[in-house]
Amino acid sequence: MNALSELGIGKWAVVESLDLPDEIGHHLMHMGFVPDAKVLVIRRAPAGDPTVYAIDGFEIALRRETARSIRVRALEEGS
Amino acid sequence: MSSCCTTETVDIRIEPRVPGKIRTVALVGPPNSGKSTLFNRLTGLRQKVANYPGVTVEQRIGKLSGIGRSELTLIDLPGIYSLNTYSEDARVAVEVLHGEMPGTPAPDAVLLVLDSMQLRRQLMLAAPILALNLPTLVLLNMSDLMETRGGEVDTLALAQELGVPVAKISGSRGTGLDAIAHFLDRKNEDRPRSSAKLELPVMGNPRSYRQWATGISTRTKYKAPLSSEWTRKLDKLLLHRVFGPLLFLAVVIAVFQVVFSIGQPLSDGFGNVLNAAGDKIGTFLGHGWIESLLIDGIWKGVASVLVFLPQILLLFLFIGVLEDSGYLARAALIADRVMRSIGLNGKAFIPLLSAYACAVPAIMATRTIENKRDRFATILVTPFMTCSARLPIYFLMIAAFIPNRPILGDVFGLRAAVMLSLYVLGFLAALGTARLLKSSILKTASAPFILELPQYRLPTLRSLGLRVFDRGKVFLQQAGTVILCVTLVLWILSHVPFHTSLPESIIGRIGHLIEPVIQPLGFNWKIGIGLLSSIVAREVIVGTLGTLYGADPATQSLHLQAALRHDLTLGGAMALVVFFAFAMQCTSTLAIVRRETNSWKWPALQFAYMSVLAYLAALATNQLFTHLF
Repeated sequence: MNALSELGIGKWAVVESLDLPDEIGHHLMHMGFVPDAKVLVIRRAPAGDPTVYAIDGFEIALRRETARSIRVRALEEGS
Repeated sequence: MSSCCTTETVDIRIEPRVPGKIRTVALVGPPNSGKSTLFNRLTGLRQKVANYPGVTVEQRIGKLSGIGRSELTLIDLPGIYSLNTYSEDARVAVEVLHGEMPGTPAPDAVLLVLDSMQLRRQLMLAAPILALNLPTLVLLNMSDLMETRGGEVDTLALAQELGVPVAKISGSRGTGLDAIAHFLDRKNEDRPRSSAKLELPVMGNPRSYRQWATGISTRTKYKAPLSSEWTRKLDKLLLHRVFGPLLFLAVVIAVFQVVFSIGQPLSDGFGNVLNAAGDKIGTFLGHGWIESLLIDGIWKGVASVLVFLPQILLLFLFIGVLEDSGYLARAALIADRVMRSIGLNGKAFIPLLSAYACAVPAIMATRTIENKRDRFATILVTPFMTCSARLPIYFLMIAAFIPNRPILGDVFGLRAAVMLSLYVLGFLAALGTARLLKSSILKTASAPFILELPQYRLPTLRSLGLRVFDRGKVFLQQAGTVILCVTLVLWILSHVPFHTSLPESIIGRIGHLIEPVIQPLGFNWKIGIGLLSSIVAREVIVGTLGTLYGADPATQSLHLQAALRHDLTLGGAMALVVFFAFAMQCTSTLAIVRRETNSWKWPALQFAYMSVLAYLAALATNQLFTHLF
């Protein structure tokens, strides 16, 4: 299990858990970051942070400090 | 503030709910569901914008005249992901839906707008809304776009799953809207609600909402459309490591070029028209104190603020294009890193940038910042940015006191250097204040920056037009009423006792009275009067100084410059521009800050803080120059 922030560009992963206060966690879950959701790392902002993730067919940018608290399981290429 | 001067086109009556009868309809939907466009489409220009009591959430109410049901009231609720009341927006939505919001009629029916491009996720909001047990119509917005991109959904099956009617619409094109009229007519005939047993998920648990929404999407054969190819392609370029920031810079420069090269002449022309009209009306009234009150007092005061309207509207137009096209989110992404270093987030960048033209549209544009503390911090530092109303006094003082000496050839001279340092000064004050606020009264514990990147869309003229109209109206109503009062008070102060000149009036006496206070800054009583009179708007000081030095600033600015040179030291002159760099000499901004923060506490704090800072900085400047030169 890794943190979402550790994933490289173009990598897929499955959300395992959110290690965040309820308030923020619920907000992120409503935006698609629920356990078992597939997430793709799309790109980093020109300054290297935040990072854009695709989840559920749309794109959300998160700062590294937030992505660090999202536990994911990396998927192998093509799965 | 009194509402005596606002013209209300929408009359909202609060009546108790009558079962089966629909009078008020609530428009609910997640952010980016195209809800505002739909609201504008359904209500046309007949809408009223205000703040909900006690909070900073904007209340938008209109009549459903867009579909020929102008007897019905439509309430646009803030965009929400859920009814979890941790955000102010969601709290407001819950109170309105339950009919517990004072001053807002209880809705008898709900229109739930969902973006059909992201139905699976947006369906999560349907669960808590359906649990309210109000007559509900689900509107699948942007269904035309979904279908052209290969998406599909069985609406009949969806209606069965949800137990409420479902209609495919397009808010931007206005198709499918007759379904809303049908729904409202049918409900008004008081038919019993379909008794289909609805299986709703465990309330308040996002995971169970999610499973429920996924289940429904699968059973209704929802196929998400392919994400727009060119959004990704465009992002590849617009968020490119090198080209991204460069293009961003180009956009920023282009906006400013247009605001100043088109907006400034427009503002000047508009100002001339207003003044000419004032003079025309003045000749009809003849000479006397009524003419003076109406023309010199009210008309000129209000005109001095109205001249900013062309620039303000242009900026609103640009912010509208940036927001509707989807680029605003990308700009926030690019700027986030820089903004974070001062404790703000990327979304504060465009508002702060707009403030270089005018703080009013900038402060209204901070609504895109969800976090309230970040938003307030941005609002409080915005007036430090060098707005165009500061330029007349800067130009005057620099032309009068700074020799035209080259520094880097002919391109960059001493005058330009002084001008540039004034811009930098304002920027540094904003930075420092933001830091100060974010580490003290507006400290945020852990508000993450979550930014949704919508697909790129072509903004429609209709939506841009309505936006500019709506924001312009808010500015005129909010700022107009306050400005009218301030100009009235200022006129009385500068004309009482009657038949005296400005120096002998009350304001003149106050100017004399405060002279000892402002003397350390290098100011005399004339500057004091100028400072007092420019509380309505910064550029008013040039006109006041013109009157006091007996020169018409428009035609005899050289006389004024000479008179100022004779009357002030270099230290005093520089102290004056530094004072203007920091002081909150703008009634419109104060009025808009009051509206956006929904309290007089914040504008009062801002005014006090900026005035003290301006005084101290001017004092330091004068002392520095006096001892150095």
